[in-house]
Order: sequence, then C-alpha cells, then structure tokens
Amino acid sequence: MRKAFVPLLGAAGFIFLTAPIIIARAPFESTMGLVQKIFYFHMPPAMLMLLSAIFCGLVSGAYLVTRRPVLDWTASAAAELTVLYGSIALVTGPLWARKAWGVWWQWDARLTMSLLMWMIFVAYLLLRRYGGNGSETLAAGLALFGMATSPFVYLSVNLWRTVHPLTSVVPTLPVDFAFPLWYAFTGFLLMYLALMTLRVTLERQRAALDQLFLESDE
Amino acid sequence: MTAFWRVVWIVVRKDLAIEARSRELLNTTVFFALSCVIIFAVSFVREKPLGDAAAGILWVAIAFAGTLALGRTFERERYGDTLRALLLAPSDRPAIYVGKLIGILSLLAATEIVLVPLVALLFQAGLFSHPLLMGALLIFGTIGFASVGTLFAAMLARARSRDVLLPILLYPVTIPVMIAGVKGTSALLDATPQLQMAGMWILLLVCFDVVFLTLSLWTFDPLMTE
Amino acid sequence: MKKIWLNPSVLASLLLALNAAAVMAQPGQSEFAPVNELTPAEQLPAAPLVIAAYAFVWLAFLFYVWTTWRKLGKVEEEIGALSAQLAKRRP
Repeated sequence: MRKAFVPLLGAAGFIFLTAPIIIARAPFESTMGLVQKIFYFHMPPAMLMLLSAIFCGLVSGAYLVTRRPVLDWTASAAAELTVLYGSIALVTGPLWARKAWGVWWQWDARLTMSLLMWMIFVAYLLLRRYGGNGSETLAAGLALFGMATSPFVYLSVNLWRTVHPLTSVVPTLPVDFAFPLWYAFTGFLLMYLALMTLRVTLERQRAALDQLFLESDE
Repeated sequence: MTAFWRVVWIVVRKDLAIEARSRELLNTTVFFALSCVIIFAVSFVREKPLGDAAAGILWVAIAFAGTLALGRTFERERYGDTLRALLLAPSDRPAIYVGKLIGILSLLAATEIVLVPLVALLFQAGLFSHPLLMGALLIFGTIGFASVGTLFAAMLARARSRDVLLPILLYPVTIPVMIAGVKGTSALLDATPQLQMAGMWILLLVCFDVVFLTLSLWTFDPLMTE
Repeated sequence: MKKIWLNPSVLASLLLALNAAAVMAQPGQSEFAPVNELTPAEQLPAAPLVIAAYAFVWLAFLFYVWTTWRKLGKVEEEIGALSAQLAKRRP
C-alpha cells in the first residue's frame, strides 16, 4: 500500500500544477468574475470533507464491530484528512465570500453546519491524542455522530434560505465550468488517496514499533 | 420488553434514592445555573435587556449546567466503581443507558424549573406567553442534549482528561440542538410571536432526538466494552 | 514549543482570531453605492483572493505531507534501531 503513495502524490501534484492553466481558460461567471474561480479550490475539498466524514464513520462502525486494527488506523487517517480538507474549504470559502457576499463569514445553515462538522473531527483528534487508553473505541463512537451530521450539512442549503449556492448548481454546470471542476476534484481526490496511504503506513509502522518494544521486553 | 423497563426502573430508582439523601447534584447544578444567568444578566442588561438575549442565555445556561451534571453523575459512578458493577450485571446494556438518561433528564428538568422563571424575570422575556410550545422546545431540546451527553459522559467515565474532553466532544455534536432551541425560543419571544416558526424548530428537534437516541442506543454497548 | 503550534485547537483558534481581526478591520460605509458603479479602485481586487486560495491549498498539503513524513521517518528509525538490537540479542 505504501508503494502507491509516490505515484499518487505525483499525479496529484501534476494536476495541481496544471490546474491554474485550465482554470484560467475557463469562462468567467457573469456576476462574480474572477473571484468565482476560487470555486475550483473550494467545492472539491468541501465535498471531500463530507465524503471523508462518511468514510470515517463507516470505518469506525466497522471497527466497533470487528476490532481490526487496520480499520482503526484508517479511521484515524480519515478523521485527520476530514479536518485538513475542511480547513481548506473553510479558508477558501471566506476568501471567496469576502468579495462575492461582502462579508468573510455568515452564520447561515450551511456554513454553521460545516464548521460544526469540522469541530467534531477536531474533537476526534483531541480525544485520540489526550484520551488515554481505550480512546480508539470512544473516538469511533464520536465518528459515528460526525457521520450523522453529513446529510444535514449537504441538505442544509436546500432546506433553509441561505446565501450559499444550492446543491443544484453543480449537477447543472455547463461543460466549460464542469471540466475544470472535475479536473480539480480529481486532483484533490488523488491527493486524498495519497495522504491516506501515507498516514495509514505511519500507523502500521507505529504498531510494528510497539510490537518490537514488547518483544524486546521479553 | 418488560425486563428492559424493569432494569431502567431499577437504575432510575437507585439514582433517585442516592440523590434524595444528599441532594448534592440538584443543589450544585441549580446554583451553578443561577450563577451563569446572573453573570449574563450583569453583562447583557443595561437600562433594559438586550433584545434577543433571553433565548440564547437560557439555552447556554442549560448546556453548561447539563455538562456539569453529566460529569458529576458519572464521576459518582466511577468513584464507587459502580459503573463496572452495572456493566457486569447480566442485564440489557441499553437499559442502563436509558436509566441514566432518565436520571439526567429529571435533574435537568428540576434545573429548568428554576432557570426559566429566573431568565424570564431578569431579562423581561415573555417565556410563559406560549407555555405549550415553550414546554415542547424545552423537553425535546433537553432530550437531544442529554441523550448525547449521557452516552459521551458514560464512555468518558474511565478516560484520561475526561473533565475537559466531555465539553469538547459534546458541544460540537449538540450545538445544532442548541441552535434549534434558541431559534425556537426567539421565535416565541418575537414582537409578533411566530408560532409556525417555533413549530418548525420543534419538529427539527424531534428529528434530532430520534437520530441521537437511536445512535446512542446502538453504540452504548460496543462503546462500553472494555 | 513547536508542539504547541501543531496542536489542532491552537490552529483552530488562530484561524478564528484571524478571521475576526479581518472583520473588525473593515471601516464602515457612510453612503449606499451599488457595486457596479464603484470605480475599479474602490472595488475589492479579486486576484489576491484567488491567489491566496491557491497558495493555501498548496501550503496545507505541504504542511501535512511534511509533518507526516517526518513522523514516519522517526518511527522507522526507531524500528531499525530496535530490530538491530533484537538481532544482536539472539544470533
């Protein structure tokens, strides 16, 4: 699994290096102009934060049932990546909002729920770091609640009146906008997979080190 | 099914019996909620109180008092090592959860009975003008908060840094419940009370309650096996 | 000292503080002027925002890869050292 890291990282890096060219050639959006281009760096990480949260929840649930260590390592990695991608979305969003909406932040449904989801997974990381023994199990429980918030985050724009664009925007994008978007999305996704392999390898090696410590004590 | 509720009743009766003797949790929780509200009153009341202050302050006080109560309830269990005894008992694990939940709910209900009139008085807020809707908001909001809180407090009972970890874990998950409670209360306190709005928030609270209770019941057993 | 900066809650507070400071730094407006009537000098330039967004993506990923790679390096170093020790013990 470790072997996949470098090619994945390379592919993702290539996409991120070439993305500005493709994005610059995309047409301008009529009302927002240049600042709308942040969309290509905002929507993919936001979507991946949601998907990562769901993935973390599912893997955590599986861990609670089977107690296989690799599931715990994967859940840990997924939680960290949820926080990472969430941070990117929560920074690029306000950068866009400052020009498009006139304010850095608004306490509307979508933004608030996204921030809360991000905080739940930050709490997950704090729990794993400072919770002591047995915190893997407890964190798995927390991840399930984090996963439960994802439909609320996604549907919040459709259910409440918010300034944030609706979920119907992306599926109905004209191809000139859709191509750069999915290009960028592929880059972020490949990066996610690369980082996941790296992080799980770290956990696997840590477990191997613990095993060696035990053996050296015998 | 009746065995389940028998266990629930035993747990509730045990907690009520312990509490009735010392009334430690009740007194300390109510007094803490009182202090909270007074601090807010000092901060937010000028010649007349700030507009929507009452709604937010009420729910913040409930959240803070609730967190304290949760921590103390399970600290008591941990101190007497009764938590392990409870878990070793050959009874339905979720029944223990429900029993503890009912105990916490009773404690919070007693706190809210003191809190709501106090907030209404100090902030000149018409919290009693629509008692049924207000009651529904309080009931479903408190259930939402307490359902997650009981699960997290129980699972953290033997963890390191549990005192600070409980709010860190609990608040992000229950802030949606708090928001719904505050928005619903605000709708009722508006100059022209928006009853339909309040009804919508109550419905959302019920949704949250169903999701949180279901999740908590499912995960209580796997999370408590050590 | 470094460990404190890497702490997620410190980073989170920093992010929030930066945002709050940015909000408070904006001066108020006295009159209403529709956006498309503003001169380009008065409009908020979009380019720095777009560049900042792109830069942040790179920074975030570089930060994560760097810190994880270093942790992995340290762990593998310790594994090497321990394995060598164990191998010596039982020839």
